[in-house]
Amino acid sequence: MRTILSRLAVMALVLMFVLAACGGQPAATEEAPVAEEAAATEEAPAAAEEAPASAEPFVFGMLLVGPYNDNGWSQAHYEAGKYVEENLGATMLYLDKVNPADRPGTTPDQLAEELVAQGAKLVIFNSDDMKDASTAFAKAHPEVYVIMASGDQVWSDGKAYDEMANLMNIMGRMEYGKMMGGCAAALASETGKIGYLGPLINDETRRLAASAYLGAKYCHEMAGNDPASLEFKVTWIGFWFNIPGVTLDPVQVSNDFYTTGYDVVISGIDNPVNLGEAAKLKGEGKNVAGVAYDYVAACEAAPDVCLGVPYFNWGPEYVKAISSAQDGSWQSQFLWVAPDWADINNVDTSAVGFEKGAALSAEDAALLDGFIAELAGGLNLWTGPINLQDGSAYLADGEVASDQQVWYLPQLLQGMEGLSASE
Amino acid sequence: MLKSRLGGFVFQLIAFLLALGFVSLILLAVGASPFDAYKNMITGSVGSGRKFAEVLVSFVPLLLVTAGLLVTFSAGLWNIGVEGQIVLGAIGTTWVLRQFVESSVSPWLVISLAILGGMIVGAIWASFAGMLKTFGGVNEIFGGLGLNFVATALTLYLIFGPWKRDGVASMSGTEPFPEAFALPQLEGFRISPWALVIALVAVMIVYFILNGTYFGLKIIAVGKNIRAAYLLGIPTWQYSLYSFLICGALAGVAGALQVTAVYYRLIPAISSGYGYLGLMVAMLINYQAIWAVPVALFFAALNIGSIQLPIVMKLDSSLSGVLQGILVLFVLLTEGVRQKIVKKG
Repeated sequence: MRTILSRLAVMALVLMFVLAACGGQPAATEEAPVAEEAAATEEAPAAAEEAPASAEPFVFGMLLVGPYNDNGWSQAHYEAGKYVEENLGATMLYLDKVNPADRPGTTPDQLAEELVAQGAKLVIFNSDDMKDASTAFAKAHPEVYVIMASGDQVWSDGKAYDEMANLMNIMGRMEYGKMMGGCAAALASETGKIGYLGPLINDETRRLAASAYLGAKYCHEMAGNDPASLEFKVTWIGFWFNIPGVTLDPVQVSNDFYTTGYDVVISGIDNPVNLGEAAKLKGEGKNVAGVAYDYVAACEAAPDVCLGVPYFNWGPEYVKAISSAQDGSWQSQFLWVAPDWADINNVDTSAVGFEKGAALSAEDAALLDGFIAELAGGLNLWTGPINLQDGSAYLADGEVASDQQVWYLPQLLQGMEGLSASE
Repeated sequence: MLKSRLGGFVFQLIAFLLALGFVSLILLAVGASPFDAYKNMITGSVGSGRKFAEVLVSFVPLLLVTAGLLVTFSAGLWNIGVEGQIVLGAIGTTWVLRQFVESSVSPWLVISLAILGGMIVGAIWASFAGMLKTFGGVNEIFGGLGLNFVATALTLYLIFGPWKRDGVASMSGTEPFPEAFALPQLEGFRISPWALVIALVAVMIVYFILNGTYFGLKIIAVGKNIRAAYLLGIPTWQYSLYSFLICGALAGVAGALQVTAVYYRLIPAISSGYGYLGLMVAMLINYQAIWAVPVALFFAALNIGSIQLPIVMKLDSSLSGVLQGILVLFVLLTEGVRQKIVKKG
C-alpha cells in the first residue's frame, strides 16, 4: 500500500510537470511581465511616457472584496470597470471575493501580482480591507499604477500620509448620499425609529452612519416632528458582508430591527440584505421599508420596500485616472469627489447619486427633492452645534467641519445609539 | 498481479484518472474546457519562479500540519483539532510579538521567541484534546471540533476586543507588526527561506521519530493495537498524549509562520483551512512521512494554480478543493476495491 500510494503522488507530480511542459508557451509569455517588473525603474510615470502609443488595449486589474454581482459595493466597482472598458477601449481583468474568508491563504497584494502577470498595468484595490496590502503592493511595484478606493494613504493632510508616486486614493463624498438616505428613511418612518445596519467600525463607517443620522434628523424635523422623537440605532455586524460564524448575520440584525419597532432599516454594508428581510415582513403584513446602498440598481432586489439607494458612480473618476496613467499625466493624489449638483444622477459626471425607490411616496419624494436641492444650494449639515456621542462638543455653534473632522470622525454623534468603537 | 506493486500502481493510476475525469465532467457541465482549466492551473503554479514561490508559501504550513498529523495518525488518533491548534499557535506568536513592539530587543530574538511561543501554545491547545480523550473519554474528533470553534471565537474576541486596532472594530485583523518582525524573504519573492527550512526540518524530524526511534515505534504500536501495546508494557495514554503534543507543536509553528511570514498580524482566517487540507494529505499518503513533501507540494500547487481559474476563465477557484477531495475519495475507494479483490482472489 505504501509504495503504491507513493507512486500516485510521484505520478501526479510527473504529470503536472509534463503538462506544464506541454503548456510551455503560456508559461514563457507570463514570464515577460515579471522580467519587466525587475527591470523597471523607481519612476512611476516613466514607463507610461516611454510606452509607444500602440494599438494594444491598456489592461487594468481590479480586486473586489465581495462578489462582482453583490448588488452593492463590489458590483458598483465592476460596472465602473465596464464603463472604463467602453469609454477608453481598455481591458479589465478582475478577481472578486478577495477576502480572507473566501480566499484563505492568499493576500490581496499576492492576487494583485497575479493580475499584473496577466498584463495589468494598473490595479484597483476596492476595499478598505485591502489598504495595508495596497500600500505593500504599491511600494513593491513602483512601475504599476495603483488606485486604492476609499483609502487615505496619499492624502497629504490626512493622518496616515505615506508618499507613493504610483498610488491614488479615490472616494466619493457619500456623506451627501447618506444624508439623502437618512432623509428618505425619516420621512417614511411612522415609528420614528430608524435602524442602521453597520459593517465594521472605522472612520469611514462612523462618518457615513453619522451622515445618515444628520439627514434623518434634518428631515424628521422638516416634516414637523418633535426632534426628541427620533431614534437612530446602529448595529455593527463586524465586516462588510456576512461571513457565517464570524460576523453577525445581517439578515438576523435586520429582522431584530424590524420586529422591535424600527420600521426603516438603512443598509451601511456592501449589499442590501435588509431589503430582503423587509420584503418578507411586508408580505406578512408589516409596514416596513429599507434604504439600500452602494449600487445604482440595488433597489431592484425588492422594489416594493425600497425607499431609495445612495450609490457610488466610480466610472467617471476611474476613466480620468486610467487615462492619466495611459497618457503619462498621472499624479498621485487623494480625491474625495462630491456629487455633480447639476445632476447627481448623471452617469458621466457625478461620483455620488441617489435613486429613489418605489416605496417612497410621491409626497415624501417631493420633500426629498427639496432636501437635495437645499444640499445642492450649499446646505451643510456638518455644521455645529454637533456633539459627539459621549456628549463632548465636536463642532461649536456655526462651526463648519473641516474635511479632516468629517473623514476622521472619532465617535458617533450625540443622539445616535450604538457603539462608537469596539468595546 | 493485484498483490504486486504494479497492481497497486495500476489502481492508483485508475484513482487519479477517475478523479480527473470526474472533475472534467463537472467542468464540461458548466461549459468550460477541462484542458484549459488544467493548463491554467499548471502554469499558474509552476509557470514562473514567482508563482512557484507562492506555492511554497502555501506548502510550508501544509507540510508542517501534515507532519504533525502523521504522528497522531500513527498513534491511531484523528486529530481534527489541528485547525484550532494552528490558530492558537498564531495567537501565541501574536502575543509574544505584541510584548516587544516598543522594545529594542533584537528582532531575531523576538521572532525566535514568537515562533517558540506559537509552538508551545499550539502544543498546550492540542493537549486539551488529548486530555479530554484520555481523562474525559471524549472522542478526539468531537473534542477537536469543539476546540476548533473555541479557537475561532477566541481569535474573534481578541481581534474585536483587547487586540483591536485603534478606533476600529473589523475582522480585518490586528495592527500589522513592524517590518522588522517579519521573517526575511527571498529578494523579489514572498517566500521566506527560513520558513521553508523550518517546515522541511520538521518533516525530517517526524520521519526520524517514526522510523528510527524506539519512541516512534511505541507510538505506532499504540496506534496499531492499543491493548497489545498496553500488555507489552507501553504506557499507552502517555504516548497518545505525546503524539498530541508533537502535532500541536508543529501546527503551532504553522500558525506562527502564518503570522511572521505571511500575514504579519492576526486575522480570523489565519489557519486558512490548512488543518483540514493536511488531514486530506495525510490520508492520501496513507500516513507515510516520506511522501508528505511531494503530495503537500502537489496540493499547494493546486491551491495556487486555481487562482488563475477566476481570473482567466471566470470559473470558481474552489475547483481545486473539489479536485483534492475527489482525489482522496477515489484513492480510498479504489484501495477498498483492490483489497476486496485481493481477498477474494
